[in-house]
Amino acid sequence: MTQSLRYKSITSINGPLVVVNNVQGVKLNELVEIEVGDEIRVGQVVELQGNIAIIQVLQGTAGISVGQSYVRFTGDTLKIPVSEEVIGRTLNGLGRAIDGGPEVVGEKFDVNGAPINPVMRLPPKDFIQTGISVIDGLMSIIRGQKLPIFSGYGLPHNLIVSQIVRQAKLLKKQESFAVVFSALGISNEEADFFRVELERANILDRTVFILNLQSDSTIERIVAPRVALTVAEYLAFEKDYHVLVVMSDMSNYCEALREVSLARNEIPGRRGYPGYMYSDLATIYERAGIISGKKGSITQMPVLSMPDDDITHPIPDLTGYITEGQIVLSRSLHLSGIYPPVNVLASLSRLMKDGIGKGYTREDHFEIYMRLFSAYAEGLRNKELSSILGEETLTSEERQYVKFAEAFEKRFINQGVDEERSIDKTLDLGLEVLSILK
Amino acid sequence: MKMMREGKIVRVSGFVVVAEGIPLPMMNEVVLVGEAGLIGEINKISGNKVSIQVYEETTGLKCGDKVIALGRLLSAELGPGILSQVYDGLQRPLKEIAEYAGSFVRAGIRARRLDHEKKWHFVPVKEPPSKVYGGEIIGKVMENELIEHRILIPPNIRGSLISLVGEGDYTVVDTVAKVKATAGEIIEVKMAHEWPVKVPRPFAEKLNPDEPLVTGIRVIDFMFPIVKGGTAAIPGPFGSGKTVTLQQISKQTDADVVIYVGCGERGNEMADLLEKYKTLIDLRSGRPLVERSVIIANTSNMPVAARESSIFLGVTIAEYFRDMGYHVALIADSTSRWAEALRELSSRMEELPGEEGFPAYLASRLQGFYSRAGKVRTLSGKIGSLAIMGAVSPPGGDFSEPVTQKTLQTVKVFWGLDSDLAYKRHFPAINWLQSYSLYVENVSVWWELNISERWRILRESMLSVLKEEDELMQIVRLIGSGALSERERAILEIARVIREALLKQNALDVNEAYSDPKKTLAIAEVIDYYREQLLEAISNNVPLEKVLNLNIGKEIEKLKTLPLDKCLEESFKLKEKIVVEISRLPSLVRA
Repeated sequence: MTQSLRYKSITSINGPLVVVNNVQGVKLNELVEIEVGDEIRVGQVVELQGNIAIIQVLQGTAGISVGQSYVRFTGDTLKIPVSEEVIGRTLNGLGRAIDGGPEVVGEKFDVNGAPINPVMRLPPKDFIQTGISVIDGLMSIIRGQKLPIFSGYGLPHNLIVSQIVRQAKLLKKQESFAVVFSALGISNEEADFFRVELERANILDRTVFILNLQSDSTIERIVAPRVALTVAEYLAFEKDYHVLVVMSDMSNYCEALREVSLARNEIPGRRGYPGYMYSDLATIYERAGIISGKKGSITQMPVLSMPDDDITHPIPDLTGYITEGQIVLSRSLHLSGIYPPVNVLASLSRLMKDGIGKGYTREDHFEIYMRLFSAYAEGLRNKELSSILGEETLTSEERQYVKFAEAFEKRFINQGVDEERSIDKTLDLGLEVLSILK
Repeated sequence: MKMMREGKIVRVSGFVVVAEGIPLPMMNEVVLVGEAGLIGEINKISGNKVSIQVYEETTGLKCGDKVIALGRLLSAELGPGILSQVYDGLQRPLKEIAEYAGSFVRAGIRARRLDHEKKWHFVPVKEPPSKVYGGEIIGKVMENELIEHRILIPPNIRGSLISLVGEGDYTVVDTVAKVKATAGEIIEVKMAHEWPVKVPRPFAEKLNPDEPLVTGIRVIDFMFPIVKGGTAAIPGPFGSGKTVTLQQISKQTDADVVIYVGCGERGNEMADLLEKYKTLIDLRSGRPLVERSVIIANTSNMPVAARESSIFLGVTIAEYFRDMGYHVALIADSTSRWAEALRELSSRMEELPGEEGFPAYLASRLQGFYSRAGKVRTLSGKIGSLAIMGAVSPPGGDFSEPVTQKTLQTVKVFWGLDSDLAYKRHFPAINWLQSYSLYVENVSVWWELNISERWRILRESMLSVLKEEDELMQIVRLIGSGALSERERAILEIARVIREALLKQNALDVNEAYSDPKKTLAIAEVIDYYREQLLEAISNNVPLEKVLNLNIGKEIEKLKTLPLDKCLEESFKLKEKIVVEISRLPSLVRA
């Protein structure tokens, strides 16, 4: 720590917040270093009142003492150095190396980034083949899109995400992705699982890990996705990579946001989450897309666990208002042994219509999608009716639809964890299952 | 020259800054905050302290930084050059910003709102000397191939026109006229003028709206019409189709000018809209849509406070074109994001929260916005109108929340989007049992004179069938369809045809997206005809099964995919076919 501008005037500490008195020339969002014994913790100025600065400490306030710990204002916002050598590395939620290697050296970027000028955006168009029929066929992911997975506790979202990352291909251009994986409050085992999976698929050398695990500071969790996206933006828009950003589990991010908001005595919104959570999540999710004049792209696949499987809970609800669709998992399909257990009716890819069809996938893609979707919806409806009123009340046509729905789940939706189906195979399989209705 | 009125920052919290020491501050006065001169607006004055909402990112502000008060209100610059623009919430042209600041939007960028160098060909329409008053048209400029941009005396000026330039090429800041005001001073009138965005522009008289704003969307035009000068809200959970429907309206509506405000929503949606506006041709005028449009984009991750300024900028530009005697449509997607910005502001100003944390003045703010809609006689004697359609994004899709409720208290048309309909991929997912339009009476005469006097009757008949369907389905869900009579099952069939052939409409299909009211009415006529024939057949003991086997419903559904002329032709033929085929069916002989 340099000697200049060291303050010893912490007057109070509340949860993750530290209040420092008698300061001058401190800027909003300025990065702060706090000496706690031998350790240096990092914080951000979140509010200024006269000569008082309120600081949010990213690694938590345990051990900080009033009048004893030194606080230094760095004069700048939180920036991380990024260069192409970040690929293959593992960093913590603040962008520091934790894989035993040297710190990344490069140009420094503000972790908050800046909004993409809307007129510089190019509407996303290229189909990404995940090799998973239910996704490719019915809720296609398009390069530059933000499409989350809405999961629930105990559902196999990790398997699905890892399968997508391993198998994701851009059909038209035969280009591959760089992956930025941001762990947000997940366990060591889960993070290791991804590492093993990506190694198995030989993608580890084009992956960047940003880890904020369950055992790490919850406040740092608020910065971690921004570090991940800063790395992604550099790789995509400075170095022309196609970047796939996976962030798991965004529910842990929202919990951390709530914790800090309540510590700051802010008036809570729905279920205690801050009223600004929509805008806050938007500053994360909107850092995706394609920019005119730049060759790279950022495609985002955030993962969140819906508390109580409730899609109207603020976390999935606000996310759904921002992202371009959602892949919703179904507990009942999971219990029936179907993998991936995707709730087709509740899922949606808003950009699908712009990236499928002639020139992208196949000319009949949209028609097959519509037919599969409406037949499945009909089948589920009839199945529900028959469960209430008895199977005998169904007409033979209605029974055909029920048969279709079951075949659809068992043969189209259901597939192996390592099974990769081309879009042609997916569409042909769809036609095959539809033939039950003839 | 005004003296620099300065103060200094004493508190910074998010986008709210408190400053002290500004002499004689005004409510809503524009201020420049900090070294970068960020634009802000005074929204509270208390003692010698003022509270300021800053419309740009406040990162880097310090206590002690300067705040300069500009002595004027947040205003829009109105004049030729506005059409086809894409502005941010502060009327900064995003294309220009991209040109010199790159792909990202950062704080502190200065940009001209209108091009001050470009020359426009001005044609005067008045002759001095003559008396003039505010809002009067003194000349015109063909801003593009489509829109005649009428140059007005600014609304707050009146007096005698002493001089007016001849036909020629001038910039928007050249003086084109001189007016001797009633008080005696000479005012120089340019082609552009400024107007404070929170002040409604004056008009001579508000008129009763009587003409529909045709959207080409059947469930709207036929069932729940919006008028030129009307107000509508379109609330719905995510994924129910608010943006698709509003964007479709913006492309197809028969307004002269469309202002689209992307308030706190996705950047890709703005990019998509812009691309469509550039490539799509307006059916009526044959010109690219972009020529009649203005887009204001303040996306969800752009400064939150600027959501409010984007809404007011939009409505001010819309009123400006209304004042020229045009029919204008303003679309705001989504007003909920503005309400959330109000809530955030109120919370940082430590005001007492109302329902769900929103400030108590939420209702009056919403009303103040929607009340600027209307059909008017302008100050220059022309007829103009401004229709406002606002999306609402209720958390969890629950319409009982404050923004939805307070908006519904204010607007006259409610297009309620339903997630069940969206799940079934019935689009537009407008719930016909919940939605309403208070303009049905207003547009009756228009329908009678221009399309058919049968509209009211057909509409009521369809709604009543749909209502009966809802009641019958509740029985079916409990005890199965076996409990229904033949007549009741016939009603279900008619309801199904109404839904599939009339209400459902594919916005993505080039043939289906726009349905001319004549086409809409023709389809409704056929459906109603089918209903009559079907019910009569049932009452004559013809088995329902036999009629259903004729698949008439499917034939009617095909009508919607046909272009206007073909559809009118086929619907006429289909009516004959219906009568012929049903009459051929034998009735059951009852013992």
